[in-house]
Amino acid sequence: MINQEPLTHALNMNSYINNDFNNTDEVKEVCIQVKDLNLYYGDKQALYNVNMDILKKKVTAYIGPSGCGKSTLLRCINRMNDLVDSVRIDGEILLDNQNINDKNLNVSALRRRVGMVFQKPNPFPKTIFENVAYGLRIQGINDKRLLAETVENALRGAALWDEMKDRLNDNALGMSGGQQQRLVIARAIAIEPEVLLLDEPASALDPISTLKIEELINELKEKYTIVIVTHNMQQAARVSDYTAFMYMGELIEMGATSDLFTNPQKKQTEDYITGRYG
Amino acid sequence: MDNVKMGHHISGQFDKDLDDIRNKVLTMGGLVERQLENAVQAFTTGNLELAEQVIKQDKDIDAYETSIDLECTQILALRQPTAFDLRFLLSVVKIIHELQRMAHKSVRIAEMAIRLDGNDGKFPRYELEHMAELVIKMLHDALDLFARLSVEGVTAITDKDVNVDREYDNILRQLITRMMEDPRNITRTLDVLWTVRALERIGDYSCFMCEHLVYMIKGQKIRLTKGDEL
Repeated sequence: MINQEPLTHALNMNSYINNDFNNTDEVKEVCIQVKDLNLYYGDKQALYNVNMDILKKKVTAYIGPSGCGKSTLLRCINRMNDLVDSVRIDGEILLDNQNINDKNLNVSALRRRVGMVFQKPNPFPKTIFENVAYGLRIQGINDKRLLAETVENALRGAALWDEMKDRLNDNALGMSGGQQQRLVIARAIAIEPEVLLLDEPASALDPISTLKIEELINELKEKYTIVIVTHNMQQAARVSDYTAFMYMGELIEMGATSDLFTNPQKKQTEDYITGRYG
Repeated sequence: MDNVKMGHHISGQFDKDLDDIRNKVLTMGGLVERQLENAVQAFTTGNLELAEQVIKQDKDIDAYETSIDLECTQILALRQPTAFDLRFLLSVVKIIHELQRMAHKSVRIAEMAIRLDGNDGKFPRYELEHMAELVIKMLHDALDLFARLSVEGVTAITDKDVNVDREYDNILRQLITRMMEDPRNITRTLDVLWTVRALERIGDYSCFMCEHLVYMIKGQKIRLTKGDEL
């Protein structure tokens, strides 16, 4: 028999396995807690008793078929559903232990803490610089040096600075779709939110731009808590740490992405991710 | 059970591809099973023609291994499977590798039959036949589980490996005694030993197959041979 001890030792396999795969010491801090959330559009209930913890500085992905409530749930986190007339919400969403559904809460302040990016890039018809600076300007910040610094940092954060540093005064509508989407992300992070909500951020983009956005998400999670809705399951598998599968307004299963995609516990999850009839 | 796990993809072609792979693995498994039976028969009866046939047929098994492996790679690249589908394909790649190794060991047994050319009538025939019977049964049962996509009775297979190992030690002791009795026996006795060793390894490969099956069906990575429990 060949003695395998020296080899194991040389490769330092054990410490590799222990440190990288079973790192249980890592602190898991909860950023957002959803408790018994029910949501109705008029008479129609769209979310049923959703409970979940979203961890700080992690990427959480929502997947599920169309109309399962994933975007609705995402929009609850910064109260975008307030803009829909017939909506009624029960239950709590705690952001750092503060209920965001509280009637006295300042919604603008909430949305400053919880930024959002949509499926289609929606830059303002202004220059690239002004797009990113917009959030600061409406807060009344007009200090030129501070603005320039923030815009640069935000564009760097969105991996756009190198491409755009000489074009800051061009109109943002002249950028490509992928660049516009990253610009919108830069605009969202310029005001330094705590949470970034991404609603299908890459579904209107070509594969290369998609990969850039995914790479960006990976970098952004060092600073922000990210929640992403995606139709593209492989994308959820690639970018997220945790995945929640929703179906007909219910949270069916939530777990570490690596487990959910290789060994889901619920049959509905398995059927969905393997592409079977529900 | 199997229909629930295998079929019903929205893409009918995907269903067909997976089913095709499954059928091919079963065909390959059947071939390997027959190779093993023939090799053992050739060895115990000194049927050299049969031994030659076993050696010749090995290329068919290699061809199956290559073709299934390529098909699995193709599906992984084109469909990015997940969950059971992913585990199924990964396990199939490993299972066909085990089957191929079993086939190679069968060839080894056939080669030993030719080398001995019926010259050694004194090998522990009863024990060897008993061991071969156990090993063939293990492979048969493992393939049966694969066909049914079930892990029920998987431990019955790995439990048999304990008996195979015991029989192996038993035969080994007898062979050592023969070599010590008369050093002129050594060459021939070693040939018998290689055969017994090949059988013992085939038993191990069936156990590995069972472990791959457990991963495929339950998503658990376990070492049945090292006493892990389901």
